[in-house]
Amino acid sequence: MMPFVPLLVILPLGAAFCAVAMAQVNWLRRLTAPLAMAVVLANLVISAMLLGAGDIRFFVGGWGPESARGIEIVCDGLSKLMAVTINLVALVAFVFAVPYMRRFTKVWLFDSLLLLMVGAMNGVVLAGDLFNLFVFLEIAAIASYALVAFGCEAEELEAAFKYMVLGTVGSAFILLGVTVIYAITGQLNMAMVHSLLGKVGPGGPAVLLAAALLLSGLALKAAMVPFHAWLPDAHPSAPAPISAMLSGVLIKASGVYAMARIVFNVFGASDHLAAILMAMGTLSMLIGVLLAVGQWDIKRLLAYHSISQMGYVVLAIGAAAQVASRPSPDMALAGLCLFGGLFHLFNHAMFKSLLFLSSGAIEQQTGTRELKKMGGLARRMKVTSFCCRVGALSIAGVPPFNGFFSKLIIIIALVLAGHEVLAALAVFVALVTLISFIKVQRYALEGAAADAHAANAVEAPVLMQTAMVVLAVICIVSGLAIVPLREHVLGPAADALLGAGRLLSTGGAP
Amino acid sequence: MSTGIYILALAVLLAGLYAMVAKKNIVKIIVGLLAIDYALNLMLVLVGYREVVRAGCRESGLPPILAEGQTPAQLAAMAVDPLPQAMVLTSIVIGLGLTALMVAMGIRLYERYGTFDTNRIRRLRG
Repeated sequence: MMPFVPLLVILPLGAAFCAVAMAQVNWLRRLTAPLAMAVVLANLVISAMLLGAGDIRFFVGGWGPESARGIEIVCDGLSKLMAVTINLVALVAFVFAVPYMRRFTKVWLFDSLLLLMVGAMNGVVLAGDLFNLFVFLEIAAIASYALVAFGCEAEELEAAFKYMVLGTVGSAFILLGVTVIYAITGQLNMAMVHSLLGKVGPGGPAVLLAAALLLSGLALKAAMVPFHAWLPDAHPSAPAPISAMLSGVLIKASGVYAMARIVFNVFGASDHLAAILMAMGTLSMLIGVLLAVGQWDIKRLLAYHSISQMGYVVLAIGAAAQVASRPSPDMALAGLCLFGGLFHLFNHAMFKSLLFLSSGAIEQQTGTRELKKMGGLARRMKVTSFCCRVGALSIAGVPPFNGFFSKLIIIIALVLAGHEVLAALAVFVALVTLISFIKVQRYALEGAAADAHAANAVEAPVLMQTAMVVLAVICIVSGLAIVPLREHVLGPAADALLGAGRLLSTGGAP
Repeated sequence: MSTGIYILALAVLLAGLYAMVAKKNIVKIIVGLLAIDYALNLMLVLVGYREVVRAGCRESGLPPILAEGQTPAQLAAMAVDPLPQAMVLTSIVIGLGLTALMVAMGIRLYERYGTFDTNRIRRLRG
C-alpha cells in the first residue's frame, strides 16, 4: 500500500495543473470536469483501501527514518478518516458542480482550484512535520480565497477579502509558532518535536508562546468563537459546491484536525491546552447557534450552524485532552470523548455538505436564498426536499440519523468526565438547533409559495439529485453502522491521537 | 549577536499586524501583509543563524555550502543552519502568491465599489 499514499496528494495537484493546460485547447476544455471526477474517485478508492492497511510512514525523496530532516508522510488512523471524508465530499461536490456551474464561464478554473484545494487538504492530513502542515494549509487557503471570490460579484469579493485578511493573520501566527518550535527544539518532525518537548518540559514560556500562536492561528482557520467573524460571510458567498467543501471539510482539515494533532501529538495533552479547547468549543457551540436562529438567509443560517457544530467537536476533543492529562488518566473515557468528537466531525461533513448542496439546488431553482420568499417546495422539488429533510433531521439530532448518535456519545462522555454543566449546554444547543431547522422546514418546504419564482420552481437536474441522494443515504447508513465504523475507522483514529506519537517515534530518534 | 534584531523583527511584525487589522484602506492592508511576511522571513533566518568559534574567536557562521576538500562534518561545525533558509524560500513563494491574489482582489473591489475604503465596502452584515 505504501507507494499509493503520496498519490493522494500528487494526483489532485498534478490534475490541477493539467486542467489549466487543457483549457488552452478547445476540444479538451470540456474534459476538465470528468478529469477532476476521475482523479477524486481514484483518491477515494485509494483512501478507502488504506483503511484496511496498517499505519504507514513514507519518506519523501529517499530520506530514511534515521534522518532527522527529511519530509515524512504519516498515514495513521486519523489521517485515513480525514482522507476518506475529504475525498468523499469532494467527489460529491464535483458531481453536483456539473449542472450548477453552467451559469459561470471558465468552469475549468473552478475545477483546477477545487482540485488544488483537495490535494492540499490531503497533504494537510498526511503531513508528518510542522512546516509541511503549514505549506499545505496555505495552499488550501489560497485556493479557497480564490474560490470564495469565484463569482466576482461585489459581495463575493468583499467576503473573500475579509476571509483573506483574517486567514493571512492566522497563517502568520501559525508560521511564527512553527518558527518558535524550531528555535526551541531544532526539529520539525511532529513525533520528534513531541519527544524533545517532553525533555524541555511543557511549562516553559517559549513552549507556551508556541502553543498560543499555533492554537490561535488554527482557531482562526477553524472559525472558533471569538475568531469566527469571517465564516458567515465567506461560506455563503461561495458557489454551493464550494460552500459544501468549505463548511464540510476545509474548516475541519485545516482547523480542527490540525488543532487536535498539535495538542495531542506535538505538545501532548495538558490541562491548560484542554481548558482552552473546551472554552472555545463551548463558546462556539452556544454563540454559533444563538446567532443562527435569527437568520433568514438559508446559507448564512447554515454557516452559523457550522460554527456551532464544530464547537461540539472541539469541546469533545478538549474533554478528551483534559481526561488524558489527569494524573491517572482513564484512557477508555478519553477514547470515548474522541470517538464522539470524531464521529461528529465525520457526520457534520456529510450532513452539512448535504444541506449546503440542497440550499444550492433550491437557490438555483427559485432564484433566492431568503427563506421568506420560498415555500411549498416539498411538492415541487420532491428529491431535493427529501434530502434537505434528511440533512436537517441529522443536524438537529433526531434518531435514528447519524447526528443523534454522535451528539449522544459526546453528551454521555461529558457526563462521565464530570462536566455535567457542559453536557446540559450541549443538550440545550441541540434543542435550539432543532428549532432553527424546524423554521427552515416550515418556511422553505411547507406552506404556500411566497412568490411566482417559488411557485414555478421545478426539480433540480439529475446530477444534482444524485449528489444529494448519495449524501442522504450516507447520513442514514452511518447512523445505523455505528459499531463497524467504530471498529474499523473511528477507533483507530482516536488511538492515533491518544497514542501521542507512540507509533511515530519508533526509530529515527535524533 | 544581540537580541536587538529579534526585537526589530517582532516590531515589524506587530506594525504589519496593526496595519492589517486596524487600517481601513485596502492598499495599507496589503502593505501590512508585506510587512508581516518580511518580518516572519527575517525571524526564520535568524533562528538558523549561529556563531561559531574559529581560530579562538567568535565569528558568524559560514554559508552552508560545501567547499572543495571539506568534509560534511567540518562544514556542519562551521556553518549556519541551512534548514530555515530552505523554509524561507518556501515562505517567500507563499507570500508572493498571497500578495498577488490580494492585489488582484483589491483591484476588483475598486472596480465594483469605486473606493479602497473598507468603511464604504460594507454590504455584508458580518
